Amino acid sequence: MNYIQLDPHLHEGGRTANRLKRIWNTPSLLVGSIMFAVLIILAVFIPYLSPYSPTEQNLSAFLQPPSAAHWLGTDQLGRDLFTRLIYAARTDLKIMVLAEIIPFCTGVFLGMLAGYYGKWLDAAISLLTDTFIAFPFYLIVIIVAFASGAGERGIYITFMLVGWIVFARVVRGLSASFRKQEWVASAQTLGLPGVRIILRHLLPNVLPQAVVVLMTDMVGLLVAIVTLGYLGIGITPPTPDWGTMISDGQPFITTAWWLSAVPGFAVVYTGIALSLVGDGLADIWRKK
Amino acid sequence: MMKFKLAPTERTDGNASHKWLLIALVRALAVILCVMTAVFFIIRIVPGDPAKMILGEYSTPEALESMHHALGLDLPLWDQFLRFMNTLFTQGDTGNSIITGTSARELIAQRAPITLLLILLACVLAIIIALLLATLAATHKDKLLDHLIRIIPAITLGMPIFWVGLLLILLFSVRLGWFPVGGAGEGWSGTLHSLALPAVTVAFSQIPTLVRSLRAQMLEVLESDFVVTLRAAGIPNRVILFKHVLRNSALPTLMLLGVNISYLIGGTLVVEQVYGIKGIGSLLFTSISKRDFPVIQGIALYCALSVVIISLVIEIISWWLDPRTKGKQ
Repeated sequence: MNYIQLDPHLHEGGRTANRLKRIWNTPSLLVGSIMFAVLIILAVFIPYLSPYSPTEQNLSAFLQPPSAAHWLGTDQLGRDLFTRLIYAARTDLKIMVLAEIIPFCTGVFLGMLAGYYGKWLDAAISLLTDTFIAFPFYLIVIIVAFASGAGERGIYITFMLVGWIVFARVVRGLSASFRKQEWVASAQTLGLPGVRIILRHLLPNVLPQAVVVLMTDMVGLLVAIVTLGYLGIGITPPTPDWGTMISDGQPFITTAWWLSAVPGFAVVYTGIALSLVGDGLADIWRKK
Repeated sequence: MMKFKLAPTERTDGNASHKWLLIALVRALAVILCVMTAVFFIIRIVPGDPAKMILGEYSTPEALESMHHALGLDLPLWDQFLRFMNTLFTQGDTGNSIITGTSARELIAQRAPITLLLILLACVLAIIIALLLATLAATHKDKLLDHLIRIIPAITLGMPIFWVGLLLILLFSVRLGWFPVGGAGEGWSGTLHSLALPAVTVAFSQIPTLVRSLRAQMLEVLESDFVVTLRAAGIPNRVILFKHVLRNSALPTLMLLGVNISYLIGGTLVVEQVYGIKGIGSLLFTSISKRDFPVIQGIALYCALSVVIISLVIEIISWWLDPRTKGKQ
């Protein structure tokens, strides 16, 4: 006879042991995390694992096919492809995570404000998101990245401008539906200030969904970083990056196709890992 | 009782649908105005001086000043804004190209047909392939085929579109020699032949999302009462599928494409670059490398405008065709 809806976040009855068991019972989360962890470990320890430098050229050993000395062969400047691939993971994954922090926070915050307060604030934020969405994502990314200059800084500025929209949309919808539920109304009758309701009650409830979206969004962000690198307005050489590696290999597509293909597979691998983590998290939170 | 109840609901329904149409139009108009403002600010929000970008790092102060004057950047911001809006409303233009002096609108109009053709082909391909895969998945629910098709989105999500293009070139152009490696062919058949691979590449990026929601949509229809009734009446599965289920899925596909049209246009710009197609995408990149701001602004404007207008048209069409959505929005 549970007539009163409570803040769903407050009475989640999970002990740590239960949580571990839940993670163990969600294969997609487990597999995804392991795949991602392998990549991170390789990226962290690559200076000790590989005898080669990612940037030093060795013109006597250019365009070699895969061998025992060079697992994935060498590129047109004689650099070891495997070493460059893992060093590129360092660059790309670091940027992917750092570039997502600010958009995630702004998006969640604006989404909660729009959903909770509604009315003109909601209308204003919706108009803003509708405007940004009208611009094709790659068009705006290319223009802003170019205008703010190639390199890491340009990427951060670009995603600060356009990255928040996804989170704002999802969180706005969730917050608007929570606002109509009784536990928010009872918090309001208790006279709690809006800021407190938003931060202490709304935030913990919208966060799981936002984190699931974050996982898929990071894949999109990674693909965008790589695309900018490919187009020559992202990471600048000689810093290894999967995108520039693909475009560097393009002229040799008929003779050494793996130069372009392999970095792409690295992106796909990361994408699968993050999607699996996202799916798994969604499963766990849905079951609860 | 029923009669008394029905009449008023019908009337309010009619009102609501007209109100919905009005709200949709006003919203689209507001977004269009915001888009225009955003295009004006797009080169001003990012740090750096456009004149310096055009002239290079070591330009003299005099040269910078005259470039500021040529771009109208020496005027106060509100004055620049009014001038920008004035050209926009009177000529539908964002100014003349700094390099060639031709109007941005004209340059874009020259390049638009091939890009539009590519987008259209990609849409047709995406719809056909997605409907096929979704039908297979929905009719083989929870069997191996369904699981295989459902894995596709997780794998393709992380595939850079330009990389997919490169792999397709490698397989179909370099190895098999079926299609040209790049550029646009002569005449109708040549154009279609050379646009086939780029269209597949653009469609590829749309198919996963389409398949995912179409499958859910079809399952809903397949399990609905009217299909159960048709089955009970002894109508063959094939007829039910093609005549009823597919027809009921056409509208959601259209709506979904409307939502995704922005991604589709963006993807096309990148794919053009891979295949060396001289469309809007290549215009964007040459303008970027030559710092041709009016043309860049024009491309941003027309792309965003087409997104807003296409989504509005699709929204209205589906509202018109599907009585169920009337008054609901």
